[in-house]
Amino acid sequence: MAINWFKYSSPASFYSLAGKMIPIFSITAFALFVVGLYIGFFVAPTDFQQSEAYRIIFIHVPAAWMSMFLYLVMASWAAIGLAFNTRLSSMIATAIAPTGAMFTFLALWTGALWGKPMWGTWWVWDARLTSELILLFLYIGFMALQAAIDDPRRADKAGAVIALVGVVNIPIIYFSVKWWNTLHQGATVSLTQSPKMATTMLTSMFIMALACWMYSFAVVLMRTRTIILERERHTMWVSELQGTT
Amino acid sequence: MNWASWSDFFAMGGYGFYVWGSYLAALFCMIGEIVLVFNHRRTIHKQLSLIHKTTQQEQNNETTP
Repeated sequence: MAINWFKYSSPASFYSLAGKMIPIFSITAFALFVVGLYIGFFVAPTDFQQSEAYRIIFIHVPAAWMSMFLYLVMASWAAIGLAFNTRLSSMIATAIAPTGAMFTFLALWTGALWGKPMWGTWWVWDARLTSELILLFLYIGFMALQAAIDDPRRADKAGAVIALVGVVNIPIIYFSVKWWNTLHQGATVSLTQSPKMATTMLTSMFIMALACWMYSFAVVLMRTRTIILERERHTMWVSELQGTT
Repeated sequence: MNWASWSDFFAMGGYGFYVWGSYLAALFCMIGEIVLVFNHRRTIHKQLSLIHKTTQQEQNNETTP
């Protein structure tokens, strides 16, 4: 089966495709959140060291993963937009930023609420915490810069540059627990070692991470559609869309 | 089953504030984000329909002798 992928690089066809996909992603996200939380709270056993406080992990780790993944995805779309001058790629990058910032905030917030009972402090200037905070500032900087430039195409290019420069922070966050001997614990799940957690805990965490992915797809597609309408309002297809609805 | 009762569930072994503080924040953030996106979308649709109406009126005015 041959699919003409380039067809969907046009905002008009992407708009209708995204409209069809949003309900699928939303329903999947909701179902996965329900299953993930059920396993996390009712099936996963109590931790022998941290008692029930460890259950924060089911939102903390997925949020932290998403904050990093979404940054990479955002920077990739921004780079494609910068290199090939494709309008849609830059619009997707712009649409990802608020969701990425939201997950970064959540990772920091849930981390603080976990740090207080376990470490005795809401915040320390630990390498991982600090680099994650810088990530939040990168997202905010990207959004603020784009909002400050009136011409959308110029905003796309300026945003792409800041997004690409900020990519250097992602490996710093990821390896911070290895490079510096600090308070934050090492990687919970690594490719080279067998996991250090009970299977049910791990299952719940992965399901929650998948739910966060589906949520991100849905909300980013919704935001992309809005941005498309906003930027393409002078085109024929948008005015035809208005005529029909 | 981990919990003997609902109050046991909400207490979270004494860590209720931290656990529920995390999950409620996540819930608020996600719902808030969705509400913001829908609001923005509605604003854009309103603007667009206004533009559509005015251009149609202008076209009507041009065609009438």
